Amino acid sequence: MANSYYDPADLRKFGKITEWSEELGEKFFDYYGKVFEEGALTAREKSLIALAVAHVIKCPYCIDSYTKDGLQRGITKEEMMEAVHAGAAIESGATLVHGVQMMNKYNKLSM
Amino acid sequence: MATKSLKAQQNELATSNKQLEILNGGLFANGELPYFKDKIAEIGHFPLRPTRLEILQINVGYMCNQVCAHCHVDAGPDRKEIMTKETMMQCLEVIKNTKAHTLDLTGGAPEMNPNFRWFVEEASKAGIKDFIVRSNLTIIRANKKYYDLPGFFKKHNVHVISSMPHYTKGKTDKQRGDGVFDKSIKALQELNAVGYGMPNSNLKLDLVYNPSGAYLPGDQGAMERDFKKRLKEDFNIQFHNLFAITNLPIARFLDYLIASENYEDYMYALVEAYNSSAVANVMCTNTISVSWDGWLYDCDFNQMLDLKVASKVKHIKDYNEDVLTDRNIIISQHCYGCTAGAGSSCQGSVA
Ligand code: SF4
Ligand code: SF4
Repeated sequence: MANSYYDPADLRKFGKITEWSEELGEKFFDYYGKVFEEGALTAREKSLIALAVAHVIKCPYCIDSYTKDGLQRGITKEEMMEAVHAGAAIESGATLVHGVQMMNKYNKLSM
Repeated sequence: MATKSLKAQQNELATSNKQLEILNGGLFANGELPYFKDKIAEIGHFPLRPTRLEILQINVGYMCNQVCAHCHVDAGPDRKEIMTKETMMQCLEVIKNTKAHTLDLTGGAPEMNPNFRWFVEEASKAGIKDFIVRSNLTIIRANKKYYDLPGFFKKHNVHVISSMPHYTKGKTDKQRGDGVFDKSIKALQELNAVGYGMPNSNLKLDLVYNPSGAYLPGDQGAMERDFKKRLKEDFNIQFHNLFAITNLPIARFLDYLIASENYEDYMYALVEAYNSSAVANVMCTNTISVSWDGWLYDCDFNQMLDLKVASKVKHIKDYNEDVLTDRNIIISQHCYGCTAGAGSSCQGSVA
């Protein structure tokens, strides 16, 4: 057993989840593959969205994967950082918009 | 960025034995990853055999004005291996009689060979259909004596293939050295000015892209679209095709992979991206590579690993196409670089 929760080498083994549940694993990877194909959005655009989400959900595997994927697609570091900010802005916006709830509650309880 | 070749630094990776030891050992020796040989045996391609000779690739010397971090030739200003006029004459004999339709001159910077122009003039008389010179672009701006190269290439109807790591300055200079981007842009504009790379022009100008780091190239078509758009919009530059080439784990790129602790991940990535349908079209199946001193190899990569062809004919002076075509190609784990994804050759994707 590894003595830490995250091991970079585990990323290579991602495909193995299928071994313990073939049908669901395969369905997931099919779906995943399809999602990132060229569509109404380019594969390049989707890669940047994935990078932003990876940061918001703070998944180290996804961050490694989509940084590399971006490099492979010729995406620049400035574009990658802007995507991360887009994710971060939504995340902090989501926190801050709850400030309205706090204000509502405050006002309701106050005379 | 280093300014000396591995050879001049006396780095042990400058020797082919050390490189082959690494490529055959580690992950492959302990069974974590399959040997290339076993992988292609699964689809009946072992031993790997040539099909038909189409491309004669001649390396006229390892001297280069640049010292790119990823260079599989370990080229640089300090390399003294330069093809002599005598060997060039032996090559010309072969060029006149070959069945190959493409002649591909490479280096180092081929233009730095003192007999380069004479050789191009003579070779262009042989009537080869496609005559390629691999030019690194900056050489055209390196010194006054090279300023007229675009016109010289045009005069001899040379097909120019040039390397361009990225359409932004930052990424280009990081891989190839400071100032490379601006010089390359200027050189491309000059090639455009004499007609190279223009839509419908017969003067072919293609670009080669290879990743500046430990990752594989993305989709060639998508990269080409991005390069075309940005180079046109930002610099009014046009070109014909973009070839996306995978960096093979040899020479300076291998040194980089090991020093940056990316070697294992990179080999995993190459093996994972193995595409069996690329095997039948790897470059060595239709190419012969000639070194500066006239030895024959299955490809430019095997040349750098000093793996001469497994044939009775090993040198340009004894050249015999039929004998050469009847040989087994020498492979090792670096070959995974040619079968990753859409495959990779000196002319881009193969699958
Ligand atoms: S990659 Fe090309 S331009 Fe760069 S050092 Fe090697 S031969 Fe020269
Ligand atoms: S590295 Fe050379 S020998 Fe190996 S597959 Fe590629 S072209 Fe063929």
